[in-house]
Amino acid sequence: MTARDTILGRIRDALVDVPADETPDDVPLPRAYHRSHADVDAPALFAERVADYRARVVEATADTARATIAELLAARSLRALVVPPGFPEDLVPDGAWRRRAEPLDVGELEAADGVLTTCAVGIAVTGTLVLDAGPGQGRRALTLLPDYHLCVVRADQIVGDVPDAIARLDPSRPLTFISGPSATSDIELDRVEGVHGPRTLEVLIVRPSQEHP
Amino acid sequence: MSDAGTNVVWLGSPTFPRAASAALANPQLRRNLRKATTTIRDKRLAATGELDDWEQLREAGAATKRRVLRHLDRYLLQLEESVTRAGGIVHWAADAAEANEIVAELVRATGSDEVVKVKSMATQEIGLNEALAEAGIRAYETDLAELIVQLRDDRPSHILVPAIHLGRAEIRETFVHEMAHWGRPAPEGLTDEPRALAAAARLHLREKFLRAKVAISGANFAVAETGTVGVVESEGNGRMCLTLPETLITVMGIEKVLPKWQDLEVFLQLLPRSSTGERMNPYTSTWTGTTPGDGPQTFHLVLLDNGRTATLADTTGRQALACIRCSACLNVCPVYERTGGHAYGSVYPGPIGAILTPQLVGVEHAETLPFASTLCGACYDACPVQINIPEVLTHLRAKAVAARRARRRTPSGEALAMKAATAILTSPGRLAAAQKAASLGGRAIARNGVIGPLPGPLRSWTDARDTPAPPRETFRSWWRRTRPQHPSGEQR
Repeated sequence: MTARDTILGRIRDALVDVPADETPDDVPLPRAYHRSHADVDAPALFAERVADYRARVVEATADTARATIAELLAARSLRALVVPPGFPEDLVPDGAWRRRAEPLDVGELEAADGVLTTCAVGIAVTGTLVLDAGPGQGRRALTLLPDYHLCVVRADQIVGDVPDAIARLDPSRPLTFISGPSATSDIELDRVEGVHGPRTLEVLIVRPSQEHP
Repeated sequence: MSDAGTNVVWLGSPTFPRAASAALANPQLRRNLRKATTTIRDKRLAATGELDDWEQLREAGAATKRRVLRHLDRYLLQLEESVTRAGGIVHWAADAAEANEIVAELVRATGSDEVVKVKSMATQEIGLNEALAEAGIRAYETDLAELIVQLRDDRPSHILVPAIHLGRAEIRETFVHEMAHWGRPAPEGLTDEPRALAAAARLHLREKFLRAKVAISGANFAVAETGTVGVVESEGNGRMCLTLPETLITVMGIEKVLPKWQDLEVFLQLLPRSSTGERMNPYTSTWTGTTPGDGPQTFHLVLLDNGRTATLADTTGRQALACIRCSACLNVCPVYERTGGHAYGSVYPGPIGAILTPQLVGVEHAETLPFASTLCGACYDACPVQINIPEVLTHLRAKAVAARRARRRTPSGEALAMKAATAILTSPGRLAAAQKAASLGGRAIARNGVIGPLPGPLRSWTDARDTPAPPRETFRSWWRRTRPQHPSGEQR
């Protein structure tokens, strides 16, 4: 008998109290909770909540986004900036850094000190960015090894709350939910930001331009 | 189920009452615990208080787990199919030994003799690191607290913050003396500032992450519908392990399966707010099988029983399997706050440990744990999936007493006392006589109105409890004396 058969047999023996004709849907599952706790403008709430995690939040319009990205990157005095495939070319500014593109091995990634990406979804209530390895985000390691991450999120990508985000995301893709920079409270419960992931996270929210709504 | 696990209960640990006495005498430990539990408690209250539908979320979480447990076989088969379809390989392990063997064999097959690990309760429960060491494989813990515990050859004392029993000076000492034996030594002039200690851990672990070929993780959930597995963390060590190595081995208790992807909308709200008291933890990773060009190209999922099906068979106790390992119950527990986690002698401490451990290993192997509680019910209120811990505790107490009775040829002192109490409490005459005797005797032995420790058979009760001296007059005789009955029988 395989372990699989053993375990499944034990489960069936353990559940003798469950009527044979009961289906999972027969077990009531009340979903009386709210679909969203966001009652204001989602991008504004998102900005406030991301900042709560001590991540820097900057806003721009489609017209000013490129210049704002240039400013943010210049302030970091980066040596090498990773730009994932599919990142909108019109948003990549020139700068003193070396631009790095795939393919990159672990050593090259480790040597890069910044990464510029888009994201898949922003969650306002929790101040969370979700990356799904889509265009402009790249594979997961790209946003993990460089010490600085600048993430560009369009206002229309920001949903109110967790249920909206889960509904919008495709679970077959590898997903990373990011809420502020990495952190630990393991030593006497003193919070320290920046352990293994990027120690600095900056988020740029891009709203549509006034002229072209 | 004495073979249920090598590490669910730590062999050779003293029983809870003995270990608790020792812990209570350690002022440093009590200071650390008080600070930790009160801090997380306040954060949790703030984070859960923000949501006016918290109770509805708990209700949905509890109902989801109920649905899973009542149809566990079906969901596991569905999960096996969806993970396999997505390119993963599913293994089944009936107990700790089987799981350890599977994992060691999988690591060996990669040709690697070392692994990096994400913090995982399931792998601690089965004693995986020790088993891998015997197989010649070095396992590196990468969560900061787990790293500290591993470097000290210590044991975790909390589900969320396993090194909370230690102070910063002890942690610095550990890093300075032990890191060099495991890899990159601690930097020169290391201070005991948490920021400096975390930076030292970052450097120490970095080389391990970059060269590791194999990672081992637990799982916070796995979705039957899609085959998606998830890990919830803070430091980014999880992302390192889940992303950089070529092979990923995930060991997951069979109860962690969730029916649908949509269910995450509930648990990703319940877990971070209950656990660290944050709206969301810094990092949550989910993956479905393997993805070409991104992350590990080989993924193994080991489904672990190790006493869970025995727990499932108990219709009262089975609710313990709904646990999402948030540790909120530890932080609100007046017993845990004073004794800390080591006293429970198990990888699962606190209120949830007091009901989970005896069920995983059999109540006769952890029979003092169901008594490690005041039954105040704070854990039940805090539990995000509404596990009625006091109900299970009293249920297990009855089982522990029955198990003890079955082992003894003569009745225990407690059994005799309970029998005597039954005789007295069922007869008004006997009760009056007993109360009179107790009043005289009690006042004779009381000091300052309190009965302290007593010798002989009463010692085990009175050692840990002060009893107020009985009053001169019982309530019943006072009632009779002050309210003479009317002839009609009505009271004046």
